[in-house]
Amino acid sequence: MTMTSEPTPAAKKKLGLKERYALMTRGLDWETTYQPMEKVFPYATYEGIKIHDWDAWQDPFRLTMDAYWKYQAEKEQKLYAIMDAFAQNNGHLGLTDARYLNSLKLFLTGVSPLEYMAHRGFAHVGRAMPGVGARVACQMQSLDELRHAQTQIHSMSNYNKLYDGFHSWRHMHDRVWYLSVPKSFFDDAITAGPFEFMIAIGFSFEYVLTNLLFVPFISGAAYNGDMGAMAFGFSAQSDESRHMTLGLEAIKFMLEQDPDNLPIVQRWIDKWFWRGYRVLTLVAMMLDYMLPKKVMSWKEAWEIYAEENGGALFADLARYGIRPPLGWQQACDDKEHLSHQAWSTFYQYQGAAPFHTWVPSPEDMAWEAEKYPNTFDQYYRPRFEYWAEQEAAGTRFNNATLPQLCQVCQIPMLFTEPGDPTRICYRESEYDGETYHTCSDGCQAIFDHEPEKYVQAWLPVHQIYQGHCFGPDADPTSPDFNPLLEVIKWYRMDVGTDNAPYEGSRDQENFQAWKAMQTKN
Amino acid sequence: MQIDLRTVTIPVQRHSFTHIADRLGPDKTPTRYQEATLDVQANANFHYRPTWDPDHEIFDPTRSKLVMKDWYTFKDPRQYYYATYTIARARMQETAEADFEFVEKRGLAESFAPAAKQKALDVLVPLRHVAWGANMNNSSVCAYGYGTAFTAPCIFQAMDNLGIAQYLSRVGLLLGDAEALDEGKAAWTSAPVWQELRRYVEDTLVVQDPVELWVAQNLVLDGLLYPLVYEKFDAALTAEAGPTVSMLLRFQVDWFAETSKWVDATVKTAAAESPENAALLAEWIGHYRDRAVAALAPVAELALGADGAAAMADVQSRFAARVAKCGVAL
Repeated sequence: MTMTSEPTPAAKKKLGLKERYALMTRGLDWETTYQPMEKVFPYATYEGIKIHDWDAWQDPFRLTMDAYWKYQAEKEQKLYAIMDAFAQNNGHLGLTDARYLNSLKLFLTGVSPLEYMAHRGFAHVGRAMPGVGARVACQMQSLDELRHAQTQIHSMSNYNKLYDGFHSWRHMHDRVWYLSVPKSFFDDAITAGPFEFMIAIGFSFEYVLTNLLFVPFISGAAYNGDMGAMAFGFSAQSDESRHMTLGLEAIKFMLEQDPDNLPIVQRWIDKWFWRGYRVLTLVAMMLDYMLPKKVMSWKEAWEIYAEENGGALFADLARYGIRPPLGWQQACDDKEHLSHQAWSTFYQYQGAAPFHTWVPSPEDMAWEAEKYPNTFDQYYRPRFEYWAEQEAAGTRFNNATLPQLCQVCQIPMLFTEPGDPTRICYRESEYDGETYHTCSDGCQAIFDHEPEKYVQAWLPVHQIYQGHCFGPDADPTSPDFNPLLEVIKWYRMDVGTDNAPYEGSRDQENFQAWKAMQTKN
Repeated sequence: MQIDLRTVTIPVQRHSFTHIADRLGPDKTPTRYQEATLDVQANANFHYRPTWDPDHEIFDPTRSKLVMKDWYTFKDPRQYYYATYTIARARMQETAEADFEFVEKRGLAESFAPAAKQKALDVLVPLRHVAWGANMNNSSVCAYGYGTAFTAPCIFQAMDNLGIAQYLSRVGLLLGDAEALDEGKAAWTSAPVWQELRRYVEDTLVVQDPVELWVAQNLVLDGLLYPLVYEKFDAALTAEAGPTVSMLLRFQVDWFAETSKWVDATVKTAAAESPENAALLAEWIGHYRDRAVAALAPVAELALGADGAAAMADVQSRFAARVAKCGVAL
């Protein structure tokens, strides 16, 4: 930068945003000499990523703390005003119907705890990265992620007071079978090195997949009259755009610093695309089956946000030698099947899930058939119609056999072979004399690269069979011991309310009764 | 505007989430601070060990020698969660902004006595780097500490430290220019007066125990540095040349008064937990106090000349009283 020899107040004001930000942030660090830099930044090299010049990092956004506080406080004041008004005016009675609440239960138990993990993960990376620009951006994201966790908790707290299935999100997230899917996803990222974390969360999740999580839930809220969730979603949007630019800068920076980084980064992209995609199974099901008023189908969402947007992104990254992730094509092919297979699974295991399930109505099935002309009528309608008959006959199908879980993504083995939707896909790997099972080529490749990590997984079904999932008062020697019931209690699900089918549930009855109080005399 | 003509009163099914009801009882409606804090961190069934620290779980209380039966005994008396934190800081920055603008518009920096101006630059600008070290340390405690009640305020503190580093940078740019920042950095890295302090900061950057690090940074170093600089030096400079620079330091003064409440409450809680904790805290505080006092002595002399030693002694005796009030006998 150039400065006149005798700066005047006017000359000082000419500092551009970039220069000013650089002066206020970049110059803060120094080469330590009383302690070696390797000790100050002990996690910077063990992943094999080579960085030669941290000064080449382009700050993705130049926000000083004073500006951050100002903008964010304005957003918070608006957001909490909306939340309070929504609660005071019984905004929940404006929902399309009580089935909608189940998306929120899935969100609070499955996603909000991940926001918190992102907060801690970015604090870790915001300490571990040797570059100032990267550190500050990560710390700011850490603070934002705490915001997202806390605003979501506050927003859903109102629902918890009135409806079932929200009350034990913290306890459930660490225990319940399908919640180990999102939990293990984030545990995997935070236990990886700081650079892999940036590719896993900063790039793959925040940049490539975030729209597939964000748009379905927040648009779902908007379509179904949920001002509360909509408000925190929209309010988080400007944070998310900062996070996306950070993720993109992180990957470009790594690739520009050294050609040796390319194969490492590519492998991480392959892994984290697949890992994230598997978590999105829950979103696919929510979009196609759980929203009373539907926004778009999973297939449509995938085509817009993955195939079009993601395709353009990977075309852009091709100049660095990056190719689309392995598994991309399979994910594109599976868009016709994913949600149907997932909802079928949750329907069967209603007794072990703290949200309500139902057989899609004839109108809903007509919508599925229209959105999925190649698959729904052929493969999935007969199953749902059969289950509808069973329900009508008073013999609802409940699967009492615990499912086998994938060692990596921890989803039950419910996915079918590529190209054959009538056969379940199983893969096996050997490690240290034991056999490990995975659900797909993608998960198997992840396992095979780092088996020593994935053998550590806390697999909920294994844990149940090993007897680790009963409360202290459960007595397996008693003659009427019901192991599954004991597990459900250990999950802190309220038996008969949280885990009941939607038809006849307390949520359904209450919502209708309260709605009637509001609209009738 | 919409006016609801019918009021519907709906009885609640429950007052709070079960992990909160377990603590407060089922009939209590929690505050937003409690909802945003209590048990929010995962504490069971972690899937994998960190590849960067395989001896510990992802969140692991044994990273610290301090032992708490329940890490949620810690309470932030400010009751900060993200919203209350940012709103409080937004107010403070509004005041700071007005102060900077006042000084800039009236050209007060230009009319500030040159010797006092140089003194302010010499003392304040290198402190940007101390604040930056504090930012790294609090980020570290947030990452590796245990329990949201203890760790969430640390990310607030870390970002405050960054904000303070940026305010000090602005002071440097306002009283001097970009070169003043370079000179400050050169002094920080090589002038003898700063070296013991830099050694202290660098030594804390490698401390692994998150509570020890928290004590070394937030209680001891800041507990001695802030009164020395933002009370003693500020007063001396104001007496010498008027309150211009003092106006530019208001954020730090208010911030230290506010955050000290949290620091004191945290020390008090940790010390009250057990005699072992109190003894451990005493050991840490004594060790870091001796080092910080030695590191700050030359800075006190730079800032206050012959009065430096007396100022340091006063700061030290107030620090001792503060620590004693927190239940730690040194």
